Amino acid sequence: MDARLGLRNTKSILFKAVIIFFAFVITIPLIIVLLYIIKQGVMQVNWHFLTHIPAPEGETGGGIANALVGSVIIVAMSSIVAIPVGMLAGIYLSENPGTRLAYWSGLCVDILQGVPSIVVGIVVYFWIVKPIGFSAVSGSIALAIMMLPIVIRSTEQTLLLLPPSLKEAALSLGVPYHRVILKVIVPCGFAGILSGIILSIARIIGETAPLLFTALGSNLFSTNITKPMESLPHLIFTYATSPYDDQHDLAWGASFILLMFVLLLNIFTKLITRKWNIQL
Amino acid sequence: MEHTVVSASKFNAWFGDNHVVKDVSMKIEKNQVVAVMGPSGCGKTTFLRCINRMHELIPGATAKGSLKLYDDEVYTMNPIYVRYKIGMVFQRPNPFPNLSIYDNVIAGYKLNGLRVPKAELDTIVQKSLTSAALWNEVKDSLHKKGTFLSGGQQQRLCIARAIAMEPEVILFDEPTSALDPISTSSVEQLFHELKANYTLIIVTHNMQQAARVSDKTAFFYVGELVEFDDTKQMFTAPADIRTQNYITGRFS
Repeated sequence: MDARLGLRNTKSILFKAVIIFFAFVITIPLIIVLLYIIKQGVMQVNWHFLTHIPAPEGETGGGIANALVGSVIIVAMSSIVAIPVGMLAGIYLSENPGTRLAYWSGLCVDILQGVPSIVVGIVVYFWIVKPIGFSAVSGSIALAIMMLPIVIRSTEQTLLLLPPSLKEAALSLGVPYHRVILKVIVPCGFAGILSGIILSIARIIGETAPLLFTALGSNLFSTNITKPMESLPHLIFTYATSPYDDQHDLAWGASFILLMFVLLLNIFTKLITRKWNIQL
Repeated sequence: MEHTVVSASKFNAWFGDNHVVKDVSMKIEKNQVVAVMGPSGCGKTTFLRCINRMHELIPGATAKGSLKLYDDEVYTMNPIYVRYKIGMVFQRPNPFPNLSIYDNVIAGYKLNGLRVPKAELDTIVQKSLTSAALWNEVKDSLHKKGTFLSGGQQQRLCIARAIAMEPEVILFDEPTSALDPISTSSVEQLFHELKANYTLIIVTHNMQQAARVSDKTAFFYVGELVEFDDTKQMFTAPADIRTQNYITGRFS
């Protein structure tokens, strides 16, 4: 009896050791990647790097100002479209679960989430780039499509967690439906919705494939959204595959900046959910 | 009759095919506390939710028959106006978690976008919280979130929120079933004070509570209004055998 008990204890301890080990192991690749990018990239980053456009091939120096500004413009335009549309659709899904429309649009959202980014890019290429040409706008459209399902689902999931009694409380005061949603439901789920939005930005800011044949990229500094525009991931893609060491350095520096961006957005999200979470 | 505030006649309500309120007719008079009691699933809460038209918000819910607030048919009025006039307090305290105590009290104004001068709002807040016997406990923390209060305090905050709209009638859906005995007695105490200005309709599971707080009691059983009479009369000499069986605890 005692022996069997001992064996069972040993098994438990062993099992615990195994899961702890793997929990630890999965952090290793992340740490290695992080450290490597920081090692390669951090030396490149200085004021000159952030405020100058890439140097012509064969010359040293230069920076990523055009890609930095381009990424911000493209992502901002995507957000302007995807955030309101996604939030409204998410509100519908959370408010009307079980309806036929909710079922089918929910299914579409799931499928859209699974569509490879390069496929989104190629569709936008055929529909928008072909008729009007390469431009920052078409890049933004591709990224907005990538962003939508994340915003929709996070809005929906957040709002579904709110107790129905909250809505009843507002309705029983004679508050019309649209004000119940805008003044009670959305503010109560605000932290969750906002963190979903930020995560979706973190997700698209590093997307390269849809930008390859939409925003295209540019060696020049451009803020004209109807013309091709450089972006961080695209700059990394072109310069990392170039034969010049100087351009490799530029790509590492840009990788570092992109990484910091995503890291900051993730930390920011954690802070928001902690600080602004409303206790129900 | 002038003193009748709410009157139902041959009123029916359904959930889909499920007939939950059957041919209910009753008259509720001004400044009375009416308790509605009956076993679970007897339609008492559904009837209550019909009075301020909250019933119809559930998909598949329908209602038929006459239900009047004074001389107006509730079911032809704008539901938003009905809910201004008929306040409601729920089973579980449900203050708005995103609003302060102060804003919770004036939520009816704030959420409806009604513009009221600040000084007037201050008066409304103080008056409502005083009527809900909460003012002394919260006057120094009006701008803290309402959800920091205890359960009993939250429920009184919800009562203050209903009072602030100056309704004619306040509906209570088992208002003390989620509260401890001390909070329950403080809410029950309130009913006595509130009836000076309002008409109260209280759904309760608890017969002792009905006996303690109400002037008149209605007994619902499987969707029918079995008996509606003075509380004293009902608890001492019920007219219907079903009421008697329920009161004496033969079924629950």
